[in-house]
Amino acid sequence: MTSRIPSIFKDNADKDKKTFISYLVCGDPSEKHTLLAMHTMAESGVDIIELGIPFSDPIADGPIIQKSIDRALKNDISLRDVISVVKKFRKKNKSTAVVLMGYMNPVHKMGIKLFSKSLKENDVDGVLIVDSPPEESLALNNELKKYNKSHIYLASPTTTDSRMKDITKMSSGYVYYVTVKGITGSKLTDLNSININVKKIKNYSKNNIPVAVGFGIKDSKSARQMAKFSDGIIIGSSIVELMHKYSNNKKNMEKHLSNYLSSISRAI
Amino acid sequence: MKNKINLKNYPNKTGHFDKFGGVYVSETLIHPLKELFQAYKKIATSPSFKKILKRELKDYVGRPTPIYYAESLSNFLGNSHIYLKREDLNHTGAHKINNALGQALLAKKMGKTRIIAETGAGQHGVATATACARLDLKCVVYMGEQDIQRQSVNVYRMKLLGAEVRSVDSGTKTLKDALNEALRDWVTNVDDTHYIIGSVAGPHPYPMIVRDFQSIIGDEAKTQFKKDYDCLPDYLVACVGGGSNAIGLFHPFLNENVKIVGVEAGGFGINTGKHAAPLTAGTPGVLHGNRTYIMEDKNGQIKNTHSISAGLDYPGVGPEHSWLKDKKRVQYTSVTDKEALNAFFTLTEKEGIIPALETAHALAYAFKLAKKLKDKKILINLSGRGDKDIDTIAKLKNIKL
Repeated sequence: MTSRIPSIFKDNADKDKKTFISYLVCGDPSEKHTLLAMHTMAESGVDIIELGIPFSDPIADGPIIQKSIDRALKNDISLRDVISVVKKFRKKNKSTAVVLMGYMNPVHKMGIKLFSKSLKENDVDGVLIVDSPPEESLALNNELKKYNKSHIYLASPTTTDSRMKDITKMSSGYVYYVTVKGITGSKLTDLNSININVKKIKNYSKNNIPVAVGFGIKDSKSARQMAKFSDGIIIGSSIVELMHKYSNNKKNMEKHLSNYLSSISRAI
Repeated sequence: MKNKINLKNYPNKTGHFDKFGGVYVSETLIHPLKELFQAYKKIATSPSFKKILKRELKDYVGRPTPIYYAESLSNFLGNSHIYLKREDLNHTGAHKINNALGQALLAKKMGKTRIIAETGAGQHGVATATACARLDLKCVVYMGEQDIQRQSVNVYRMKLLGAEVRSVDSGTKTLKDALNEALRDWVTNVDDTHYIIGSVAGPHPYPMIVRDFQSIIGDEAKTQFKKDYDCLPDYLVACVGGGSNAIGLFHPFLNENVKIVGVEAGGFGINTGKHAAPLTAGTPGVLHGNRTYIMEDKNGQIKNTHSISAGLDYPGVGPEHSWLKDKKRVQYTSVTDKEALNAFFTLTEKEGIIPALETAHALAYAFKLAKKLKDKKILINLSGRGDKDIDTIAKLKNIKL
């Protein structure tokens, strides 16, 4: 199956709605928690789930996600396990898009061809490899194209105009605009430059690729602000934190997660 | 020498040594790395910069470092000749200052006001703190919690020099985690901060910049050896963690008819799995911004390493070493903690030179070589002095200091 992401953005735009993207680390603290959270996300207004692939050296992540990854790695969760979680998710859910997000080495170890093929076989929609910029990911980009999967790239406040062009050329699905210079869990600062840069990326894109913004969005207020500038918003650290807080009681976790996500969904 | 390497082509424009190296970082760091590359090409290759650096290295660091013929040791070992390139005699006691000073000068010219660094054994941290004190730059050093404990002397030195030492308690609490944390700091503070990586690791252009600043070791050695002995050594031996002292000695000799050996940390022995020898027993993967040999498990997670020496306790290695291994230009091998310790005592007792535990790995292999060979000249990079390791040694020998 081809990526659901383009039609999700289009349908939302037609309804004058922004796309809601949420992140969680696969396997923290267990696969069961992850699956429950993914279904809760889908039922609470989330359109795209970024499922984090745990990696021992997550250089772009702040303390909240680092600790979450550590907890997941205690269960020895592998990239193959992450893919199998998507397969299980698909038994009940055929509409919510799932993007695998992580670092290069586990993918490198599995092999780019095998990895891409297993995305097709398990109905994953796209991939975002944080430490693999366009320069280092031509091979992966070509493989993903073969299967019509979305390859999401990052753009940041330090990205030059000429790079923005290159990034939009190689991206499919959406471009993930990192709102701050920093790691996940950082604070939002310069709103005006976010607005300007998102517009620039859209202008450079020949096929009007959607731009979603992430890093620093924590509540309905910041979500609403960011949604004004963009096609979608991404929330990670706050969700990971909330899930951890209630992880010893799944029912409780489900309730709090649902309330939180619904409030964001209404705000955008 | 057959098949000369056109050294100018490596790394290539994209920062690769054939299959190795590259720029595996998140988007936010791409621009600062390009900026660094441009500044390096423009500033560091200019005659005026070279002149200033040369003067600093001479008057402040104490270069050139001598080559010492270890006669008693050579006689003790057998029929070969051991020569030591005395990087331990540099100001701050190791080769690390060559790079730290070069990069700090570059950062200053780039208008940066804050320097960050990672350190394992503390030698690079001390060298960076020293260069920052000399050049009036703010300095923050990241160091693994475990390393802070085993290298307490260097921690104190850094603090005396005005640096802030930040303890890293994530992951394995050693060098690799300090590097992760330094990268996170850099992403957050790119505007005013320069990151001085201490080894030939990391994303392009770091492996190239650090190699260039360290190549003074090999350049000097070549000239000195020719002058004093009218020939080149038969063998070069250096220890390899990230590999900066090794590449510094090796690089100017790559197209010469000299056998070259890099010695990794074999820890408790390669077959125990508890070691830090990715070139000897690892596989190519992606870590800390480049593709290189690494120690990983079947799922691509980075493995815990073990070495008696904090400076070699690293699961990756500079990409140029990976390339030289695959080209078969340099032979990479390893020695165990125990062998390194024995060599530590041998050099101390026979020559009155206390080597760093990192350096002791190169010594251990070179001693084995010297016993086997006849009438060969072996040049070892004596990359650092061992004062910092006396706590570790005393603990092993049950001595109270």
